[in-house]
Amino acid sequence: MTTGLRTRLVVAFALVGVITALAVAGGMYLKARTVILQQAQDAAVLALTDGVSRLDRPPPTRDRLQLIASGLSDRDDTAVAVYGGVSAGGLPLSVVPPELRDAVRGGHVAWQRVSVGGVTQLVSGTTTPSGLEVYSLRTLEPAAASIAELSTRAWLFGGCALVFALGLALLAARSVLRPVRELGEAARRMGSGDLKSRLDVRGSDELAGLAVTFNHTADALGRHVGELRRMEADARRFVADVSHELRTPLAAMTAVADVLEEEAEVLPADAAQAARLVSQETHNLARLVNDLMEISRFDSGAAALVLDDVDVAEAVRSSLRARGWLDVVETSLPPDVVARLDPRRLDVVLANLVGNALRHGGAPVSVALEVQPGWVVITVADRGPGLSSGVLPHVFDRFYKADSSRARSSGSGLGLAIARENARLHNGTLVAANHPDGGAVFTLRLPGGAR
Amino acid sequence: MSRVLLIEDDRAVRDGLQLALSRQGHVVDAVETGEEGLGRLASSEVVVLDLMLPGIDGFEVCRRIRATGDLPIIMLTARDDDIDVVAGLEAGADDYVIKPVQARVLEARIRAVLRRTTAEPKADPTVERHGELTLDRAGLVVAKNGSRVSLAPTELRLLLELSGTPGRVLSRQQLLESVWEHGYLGDSRLVDACVQRLRAKIEDDSAAPVYVQTVRGFGYRFGPL
Repeated sequence: MTTGLRTRLVVAFALVGVITALAVAGGMYLKARTVILQQAQDAAVLALTDGVSRLDRPPPTRDRLQLIASGLSDRDDTAVAVYGGVSAGGLPLSVVPPELRDAVRGGHVAWQRVSVGGVTQLVSGTTTPSGLEVYSLRTLEPAAASIAELSTRAWLFGGCALVFALGLALLAARSVLRPVRELGEAARRMGSGDLKSRLDVRGSDELAGLAVTFNHTADALGRHVGELRRMEADARRFVADVSHELRTPLAAMTAVADVLEEEAEVLPADAAQAARLVSQETHNLARLVNDLMEISRFDSGAAALVLDDVDVAEAVRSSLRARGWLDVVETSLPPDVVARLDPRRLDVVLANLVGNALRHGGAPVSVALEVQPGWVVITVADRGPGLSSGVLPHVFDRFYKADSSRARSSGSGLGLAIARENARLHNGTLVAANHPDGGAVFTLRLPGGAR
Repeated sequence: MSRVLLIEDDRAVRDGLQLALSRQGHVVDAVETGEEGLGRLASSEVVVLDLMLPGIDGFEVCRRIRATGDLPIIMLTARDDDIDVVAGLEAGADDYVIKPVQARVLEARIRAVLRRTTAEPKADPTVERHGELTLDRAGLVVAKNGSRVSLAPTELRLLLELSGTPGRVLSRQQLLESVWEHGYLGDSRLVDACVQRLRAKIEDDSAAPVYVQTVRGFGYRFGPL
């Protein structure tokens, strides 16, 4: 943008310089040219009329005409004298334009510029009361030379003015554009997250005012962002702290929950039911707290990948096998797809997607692995009713429940949010869509490829 | 039945785990601090160790146990303490579980780690030689240049697993299944940390390993020598 502005400034200055120079030089040139030509003409016409006025009265003979003509000829002029159809002199009469002769015969002193052999010359003519016509040809070469020199000087002057204007333009562009560039640079830094970006305020012109405004805006923005971040960090820390605090009592409860479950058989019916309930809900609570801590780790940026080179098909199979899903899920898992990823996190994502498909979708649930250039793509699809258009944009939201009447499912409500965070942590994506033939399709794309 | 030393500072967790593990048939010696635990090592077969302890912390306890012997150690850790996991493994822990943990998960890990201390029933009694190393699969003894190398059970089992198929690459996930008996996708850092400890004990130069070689992008391989 700054280059464009600089170019515009320089071009504008150059145009102003050139137009001014052209106007001044051109005007002077035209005026001077007129004056020089006028003077040359006047001198030529004056010489002719002066010479002719001193001529004798009697009608001249051819010799006399010759004499008159040579009397009027010199280094600059050649002349011809005409009387009653007889002409004599060094100037061929054909050079004299007919309209000029007509004017002279009419009793006027007349002149006309003609071009003879590419040289501008002046033909002037006059007549005496006795009917003697005299024409004289004078070269305007010296005047033309003067005009040419004038023209050269005008060009030179224009060129100098242009160079001067360009220099001035560059100087002006620099002094104006430096603060503009600094402003652009500071704004760019701020845009890329450096909220401490500020401008030095120099002088008190409009640009300095702009810098002051920028700095004030940056201060205000920094304050607001800081406040928002503090509030968000507080909220997240609260969740993390609560989860953390819940974990210790949960650890004790989880340790003995199995005992309750095992002993339920020998307890009275009510107590057995209570024992099973406590055991089951303890595990659910543990899962919820684990998920909360997991999402807190994503929020705080503490989540890190533990990368390994994984045979993806084998990893998917292990994940399904561990949960006893290998027989209930249709798989399409081509071998020899190796990707560098975090196997635990892949397991978390798959467990969520397949678990959801089995719970909420319709059979058959299928898991397909596919390699696209630079990507490993895993799709989990079911043939259930699919996701309604109202639900689709929110499936990855935390604690989003598709069906409000189903207040609690067996999941924590964080499963898909965690799945997507895991995909993002891999620089991958997880998207939900509906298959044209019905059913929901979740597509996990992770960077990597076959080998 | 095995003798489990449980070092956990929180009373409820300690009591809960003690109760649950006792029901599985273990003799559980539950103590509150690392200092107490270090005094009872002689009478234990496996240590379940909380990392966050008052006084000397779990890492230090881990290092001291490793300095004195090859007792298997299972860490109790929290999922949001990733750095702790790495530090604990570097300090010499054999495995870890994340709190809150179900008793039967911890019990399975204890059994798995204890299995590493016993010889394979059909092990070949002949002693194998690999370069300067001699491996006695039946006696679970490893020697280098004739002198015995003291290996923790997991390190030993990893070495036996890799040397069982010399020259063949085993992925971390394969090793996690065969050595750690993790039935699902496990934490490859367990393997990496164990390989580091193993190399420190059997290689001349850990930075240029001869016996346990890394095959970038695939896993680990024993040899070729």
